[in-house]
Amino acid sequence: MTTLPESTQRKMGLVIDLDTCVGCHACVVSCKGWNTENYGAPLSDQDPYGANPSGTFLNRVHSYEVQPAEGAAQLIHFPKSCLHCEDAPCVTVCPTGASYKRVEDGIVLVNESDCIGCGLCAWACPYGAREMDAAEGVMKKCTLCVDRIYNDNLPEEDRVPACVRTCPAGARHFGDLGDPDSDVSKLVEERGGMDLMPEQGTKPVNKYLPPRPKDQVMAAPEGEIDILAPLLTPVAEEPKGFIGWLDKALEKI
Amino acid sequence: MHPAPSVIVFTTLSGLGFGLLFWLGLGFPAVTGWVAFVFFAIAYALAVGGLMASTFHLGHPERAMKAFTQWRSSWLSREGVCAVAALIVMGVYAAAIVFFGVRLAALGVIGAVLCAGTVFTTSMIYAQLKTVPRWNSPLTSVLFLSLSLAGGALLAGQTLIALVLLPVAAAAQVAWWFAGDKAFVKSGTNLATATGLGNIGAVRAFEPPHTGTNYLLREFVHVVGRKHAAKLRMIALAFGYTVPFVLLLVPFSHVVALLAVASHLAGIAASRWLFFAEAEHVVGLYYGKR
Repeated sequence: MTTLPESTQRKMGLVIDLDTCVGCHACVVSCKGWNTENYGAPLSDQDPYGANPSGTFLNRVHSYEVQPAEGAAQLIHFPKSCLHCEDAPCVTVCPTGASYKRVEDGIVLVNESDCIGCGLCAWACPYGAREMDAAEGVMKKCTLCVDRIYNDNLPEEDRVPACVRTCPAGARHFGDLGDPDSDVSKLVEERGGMDLMPEQGTKPVNKYLPPRPKDQVMAAPEGEIDILAPLLTPVAEEPKGFIGWLDKALEKI
Repeated sequence: MHPAPSVIVFTTLSGLGFGLLFWLGLGFPAVTGWVAFVFFAIAYALAVGGLMASTFHLGHPERAMKAFTQWRSSWLSREGVCAVAALIVMGVYAAAIVFFGVRLAALGVIGAVLCAGTVFTTSMIYAQLKTVPRWNSPLTSVLFLSLSLAGGALLAGQTLIALVLLPVAAAAQVAWWFAGDKAFVKSGTNLATATGLGNIGAVRAFEPPHTGTNYLLREFVHVVGRKHAAKLRMIALAFGYTVPFVLLLVPFSHVVALLAVASHLAGIAASRWLFFAEAEHVVGLYYGKR
């Protein structure tokens, strides 16, 4: 059924820290690596070594420049994958029932054997989280590594999504966002975690932690003397010698 | 949005076909025998041909039957159910008229309602999408329905009805264009809300996730198509509405009627092409494109 569950027992999801993400794309690679050989059809590439390569990815890292009214611009790396929305519009538009949201943990999944590849769910998703696989003709999306997180064959520390496991900066966190006492919920509370496109009314489960303000180089307060000051003063304030002559000669022209 | 030829052909032809079936169901014109057969054959060719074309863009057309199951939640599923119900009911109605000369008036009305319902469900597939602000409006349904009924009346040879409905459809078209041009800004979705970074400062897409293209960009970002939008709108208005309207005022002949229908089809195809090419999906924001 493509009707959404009234509520889910848990709200498993990701918290992505935009302050810590260094934009290394390791999560993109590990996601593709795990998901191309596990749940469902492989994530195919088209013309991978040719002039116009493209392929299916469930996670992509964008980079944005933010220019505050005052001060230097900030560069923010921005990983984006399925947000496992509570009001997932991709689920309700599905004509076959292939798309569904799980009652037990809130994960949005595609049953690929029911997918007719009409693409309407990708149209309904504002985040670009769903991509049609060009080789398989079915819709692919983040499964929250459903085949890792409950997998008893893996060591316990590996029972998290591949992107979370691999992130070298610790910018990705996984947990139950429906439980106010979980680590991820506390993190969201502390850091003011936010929704993407809240006006679309999708109620995303995944949250993004906003980047902290950048450190500023502060001028020394009045009266205090920087002990390094003598070393940092410009060596030649007025050009002398040949450069001085050249400077004056060029000024006169 | 990428203007896929299969979807443009489907919505244009099936809209016209179901419009014709609508009028035939109500008994305009009240034909029987071979004349009725020709009318129904044309209507079915358009409606079914359109539906067949729509399966060309599916990744797995062999599973299309599954699409009839989710009518409780999905407009696409409802469209499938409605279309098949309309074609079956109108099939029985047509068989009774063509082969037995009997008009089952009540069945015809039910069929007509189902035909209009099919066009409405088609329009809702687009109108429901908040992600495409230009489509996300009740005007989209008004446009699809008025176009289908006007085109159907034109094809059914109902001069008087067509002379009324063509200007109505043209007005809906122009209103839809004007409202649509403001829709994206009015939706309130922009790069600031998409990234949540707007409260820090002005956000600019600095670097995309990859140097090549991808499914999202191919499907949702179609900037090239908008280049000649203004000209195409004039072409759509002239051929889709004005020329057929003028030709209807000329004394009737089959050649003139054929010209009117051909002109209408060409105009509506242009309008439908713009319907997709001009529609901007909010996901383009993430790529700094619209």
